[in-house]
Amino acid sequence: MRGLRFLGTGRGRVGFAILAFVVAVALFGPFFAPHDPADILGAPGSGPSSSFPLGTDYLGHDVLSRVLWGGRSVLWLSLAATALSFVLGMAVGGVAGYSRSFVDPILMRLVDVVLSFPPLLLFILVVTSVGTSSLILILSIAVILSPGIARIVYSATREVSVRGYTEAAVTRGEGASAILLREIFPNILGPLIANLGLTVTFSVLLVASVTFLGLGVQPPNANWALMISENRDILSINVWSTLAPAAMIALLTVGVNTVGDAVSHALGLPQRRAITTVGGIEELITPAELV
Amino acid sequence: MTGPPPLLAVRDLTVELLDGQPVVSDVSLTLDAGQTLGLVGESGSGKTTLALALLGYARPGMRIASGEVEIAGQHIALGDERAARAMRGRLVSLVPQDPSTNLNPALRIGAAINDIVREHRPSDAGDAIVYDVLGRVRLPAERRFARRFPHQLSGGQKQRVLIASALVCEPPLIVLDEPTTGLDVVTQARILEEVERLHRDREVAMIYVSHDIAVISQVADQVAVLYGGLVVEHGATDDVLSRPRHPYTRGLVSSVPDHTQPRRMQGIPGVAVGLDELRRGCPFMPRCEQRVDRCASEMPRLSLLDGRHVRCFEARLTPPPERGELRVPNVTSEHDILLAVEHLTAVHRDGRHTTVAACDVTFSVPRGACVALVGESGSGKTTIARAIAGLHPPRSGRILLDGAELVPRAQKRSRELRRRCQIIFQDPYESLNPRRRIRDEVARPARLLRGLSKTEARTEVAQLLEQVRLPAHLADAFPAELSGGERQRVAIARALAAQPDLLVCDEITSALDVSVQAAVVEVLADLRSRLSLSMLFITHNLGVVAAIADYVLILDHGVICERGPVEQVFNHPQSERAIELLAAAPTLRVAA
Repeated sequence: MRGLRFLGTGRGRVGFAILAFVVAVALFGPFFAPHDPADILGAPGSGPSSSFPLGTDYLGHDVLSRVLWGGRSVLWLSLAATALSFVLGMAVGGVAGYSRSFVDPILMRLVDVVLSFPPLLLFILVVTSVGTSSLILILSIAVILSPGIARIVYSATREVSVRGYTEAAVTRGEGASAILLREIFPNILGPLIANLGLTVTFSVLLVASVTFLGLGVQPPNANWALMISENRDILSINVWSTLAPAAMIALLTVGVNTVGDAVSHALGLPQRRAITTVGGIEELITPAELV
Repeated sequence: MTGPPPLLAVRDLTVELLDGQPVVSDVSLTLDAGQTLGLVGESGSGKTTLALALLGYARPGMRIASGEVEIAGQHIALGDERAARAMRGRLVSLVPQDPSTNLNPALRIGAAINDIVREHRPSDAGDAIVYDVLGRVRLPAERRFARRFPHQLSGGQKQRVLIASALVCEPPLIVLDEPTTGLDVVTQARILEEVERLHRDREVAMIYVSHDIAVISQVADQVAVLYGGLVVEHGATDDVLSRPRHPYTRGLVSSVPDHTQPRRMQGIPGVAVGLDELRRGCPFMPRCEQRVDRCASEMPRLSLLDGRHVRCFEARLTPPPERGELRVPNVTSEHDILLAVEHLTAVHRDGRHTTVAACDVTFSVPRGACVALVGESGSGKTTIARAIAGLHPPRSGRILLDGAELVPRAQKRSRELRRRCQIIFQDPYESLNPRRRIRDEVARPARLLRGLSKTEARTEVAQLLEQVRLPAHLADAFPAELSGGERQRVAIARALAAQPDLLVCDEITSALDVSVQAAVVEVLADLRSRLSLSMLFITHNLGVVAAIADYVLILDHGVICERGPVEQVFNHPQSERAIELLAAAPTLRVAA
């Protein structure tokens, strides 16, 4: 796998180590949690002690246990939202880019409309009208993120749809869905993969902000973003109750982004041209000419 | 020998990639004042790298490792960019390849030329020298012209401006790197006339780099043939091209199509050597028909034979180039029509702007015939091909295949009609899906259009690859592992997998080197006679037309201006456009 070559670079390894740590905490943390995250065990807001290594939160829950439990929902909500946004974005961008009929302007103007809304406003609009649940959260984030994907897919599709292999498929009478799935999508993966890291990051941040605002996961569930929100009043009493979950979210986004960068670098998105001067005349040279 | 020292002396010049891989090795050349040397080679032979090294320049990623370049008694500083710059323009200058990207679009051409003068001969800068040099390349020597921007000039005029920029400081030597590639034939002929005039008047010495041996034969006194970064043959143009002694030169000469002497083109088997495959012995060994054991282990030296230098152990044995006989056409009757195009009009719409690409075009392809559609870029020939293939719905007109109407869109045609008409595209690098193995690419039409099962398709693929003369193991390869010529053969195999009656070939050899082009045309000619295929062959190369087609249509701005059997049109053209095209097409001029 060419994509795995990112592990050969320093940036790739650091990013991978950070990401692996956060994911491991989220997935396996609950098995190591010393207490039940929902049990009220001690005085609210007490500092670190031998029985509560990170102290207790505003209700007296064990902060460490809640940190160990609180990653799962952040991770799966943001991954599910990312996956759905790719499905939506690829469907809309692919169909619009390939159709070359009235479908194209209709879909793409729709995409522009969604893009023009501030993301949180759109979200608050949805939640106030239909209430909140994990499904609503995922759907709304996917709708917010998919226009970006659709735009990328749209322009890449238009480029690939005039290539010989796509036109050959048209002349032999393949259906539109076969052409999209077999000829076009496999050949536009480069820019999509390059965008995956960024989309996951945005998705994590959206899940976190929405939850912080109280519109996402509800107490008494343990969730990193929710913990920051719940404990912001006791920040001066036990700083760990907000600092630990905040650090986990920060590490998650940094890790995803670093890995994403390293992967797209390893996949070798082409370096553009160098400009040099020969004999007083400007000459443009692409590296491809050197081989 | 007595006489003045040569103007240009190159000794043991080697250019390497930064990792030490040689790109050009041990080149030694000399050139007298006013003489022209042609550097011929196919893509990847190192000809541009060598040409740039003569200016003391190596492209990013390369460096000039050793050797000397001396022009008019002065050493060109190799590796010292600052010192080399001072020499360029004054001692030697470059005419680069692509006129459209090599002029600064923000500078008026007079200012651009003056910039060069200011750099090298500041006291002469001014309008007078600009008008003078524009006149020398036969551009209007006037203020209005000098104040134009590059976008206000045609491609040919831009190339003349570049030649003027190279001449303006009166260097004794100019290097022309493929100066006519990308221009249409008529413009190319005019630029070549200009170069020939400079050559005749002995104004400057020239190094003319080209992949086109016919062009070289028109302008050069001596020719050096490059292969794998080595000079394989070097001598007087007439000697080398009329009686090549290196098997590669011989192959090149036999590959060149020539419309004045129609003959079968003979390609060179195999693929041009890549840089990373260069081995100890002779780089041409794998493609050579007269190799001996020591070719594999030992590099032949350039040695004198027959008045030229040649790098081959067995050069004495090289036979003279053959004149292959043309195949006998297999047209049964001119009136047995397979494809009929009636009053076809097609347009391109770009916003509110419409361009007519084909205007009331009517022609037919008789069963078993090969009809060539010839024209310059923008003449509408590709649009006609796409309309026939069902990719570009025409504005009006009818297309009939064997009497059945081909509706505008391919998706709406019956499976049988889709099967019977297949198209092959111009760009081999975009015509195969990079994510699909060759086996699946070729099998797809056979399964979809002929309803073959998976196992049937598998045996079919093996046969098809053999028909286009590709080794069977390539079936498991991905397109990226193939060269341009191999990819184009796969595209042919994919078209044949449908067992078509009509093959539409849209400029399928224009992106290929001549030796590869010859091999592809040879494969097509062979298939045509064996499978009784009919073909619509679209090209701008009249030599290829002569080698493969029975009938020719000459297209000019969307209108057919001349039609008829190839021999008749080529020998007695009637329309002005046909006469102009035929006169402009380069031919191999060799003293017999």
